[in-house]
Amino acid sequence: MNPGNIAVRLIGGLGAAALAQLADFGRFWIFCANAISYIPIDLTTRRGWSRLLPQCFAIGTRSVPVVMLTGTFVGMVLVVQGWNQFDANGIADRLGAVVNLSVVYELGPVLAGVMLAGRVGGALTAELGTMNVTEQLLALRSMGTDPIHFLVTPRFLACLLLTPLLTVYADLMGALGAWVIYTGVYGGESKPFWQHTAEFVELWDLSMGLIKALFFGGAIGCISCYCGFHCRPGAEGVGRACTVAFVVSFIVILILDFFLNFVMNGLYALWYGTKALF
Amino acid sequence: MEVANPIIELRGVTKSFGPQHVLDNLDLKIGRGKVTVIMGRSGTGKSVLLKHIVGLLRPDRGEVYFDGQRIDHLSERQLVPIRQRISFVFQLNALFDSMTVLENVAFPMMQNSRHPDKKKIRELARRCLQMVGLAGFEHKRPAELSGGEKKRVAVARAIALDPPPDVILYDEPTAGLDPQRADVINRLIRQLQNEFRVTSVVVTHDMKSAAAVGDRALLLWNGRFCADGTPMDLLRSHDERVRRFVDGVAEPEDVATLAG
Repeated sequence: MNPGNIAVRLIGGLGAAALAQLADFGRFWIFCANAISYIPIDLTTRRGWSRLLPQCFAIGTRSVPVVMLTGTFVGMVLVVQGWNQFDANGIADRLGAVVNLSVVYELGPVLAGVMLAGRVGGALTAELGTMNVTEQLLALRSMGTDPIHFLVTPRFLACLLLTPLLTVYADLMGALGAWVIYTGVYGGESKPFWQHTAEFVELWDLSMGLIKALFFGGAIGCISCYCGFHCRPGAEGVGRACTVAFVVSFIVILILDFFLNFVMNGLYALWYGTKALF
Repeated sequence: MEVANPIIELRGVTKSFGPQHVLDNLDLKIGRGKVTVIMGRSGTGKSVLLKHIVGLLRPDRGEVYFDGQRIDHLSERQLVPIRQRISFVFQLNALFDSMTVLENVAFPMMQNSRHPDKKKIRELARRCLQMVGLAGFEHKRPAELSGGEKKRVAVARAIALDPPPDVILYDEPTAGLDPQRADVINRLIRQLQNEFRVTSVVVTHDMKSAAAVGDRALLLWNGRFCADGTPMDLLRSHDERVRRFVDGVAEPEDVATLAG
């Protein structure tokens, strides 16, 4: 085969792959729009709530322990890492403010989101993927029930509403974990820890962390359900869909986090000016 | 076979998946209140054909009619009233794992009514389970059932509509069952047809099952029907393709692909 033909085939292959990705991206947004279009019906009918509440239990209540554990260790690690530097500069009493700001604004929502992408996202993709390969999704359609309405909308809503609530738990345990290490291991005093935290961690920081979590929850719900609905046949197909769902959710959380930080910092500077910690 | 006033009609239906041509300009009319059996080798497109009838797949070319109404171009929402008149028994049963047997059977009725009378629906679901010989199985989960029991629950779910469905589509109803369990399912299909005068379309590669349940049998071959008659007509046919299928003799090209 001459080099010209190889180049044409290569470019053709790349073009086909790009088109396939683009088509998949379009299908994803149509899928999301479809799921979102049923939210008003689900929130205003008993049938909708009867589908939503069990999902809230599975996605929210059952995730509380792992999210609390994640938050606790994040807070503890931050104190361990920061203590020496802050102490050496004589500002160890400010460590609580820095750690808690990091927890509520950044690490709490991001790590809770990543944890949920693994725990909840994996379970959602596996469940819906198995339903797909065993023809249960087709069965729903054949009975005149839209599987997106019946299965995706309640799961998406549960992820959207409960990720911020779970982040509150992560934030709380992060602060408590930090305080335990700060006072118990390094012998810091409680009063300046909480005083500086109250001074520097504003309602804005807490709210922005929870708004980020809202976006992360929505992304986890949409991506996981989409991967489950479009998995390839067989056990391998379901397994691969779970992997893809987690990896994509993780990357999307990081990308969303970057852009949301950008927008939120801009808005803060616009409204309140710049905030100095020291 | 000539069919007057068909309930299901396919006109020139063509369907391909990538390079694989499954249905090729296929015509079919299915009569009311009869059991029509569609046979063919594995992978010839029998299930694909069945899915076109209920709008789960759309033809690349051609038209699909249900009770005189063209349905192949309808949206998912427009198809809902059509699908409420057709029941589908899937090859893998497609029972919902997270629900009990009773909830599975009651599911279509619960979903299809705006203000469901739960007590009445549960009673009807219990009666359907009794009809298929599974009284007392109401609170079991699908995972606790044998293959034959799962199939019977799937049939119970198919008939559990109020009013009963006009058409029941069976995708390989006896596949994977031992001969005795397969006979139970065959008798059940016949019993439902006698009781409700429902139109049944049975896709199978089991000639014995076809002879037991069918009023009419068709053989799908390379995307088209190569034989159409009563099951006895097919059994007595001298057509080489039909004889090979009925006698279970492999095609020469399939034999040639075997190693050695």
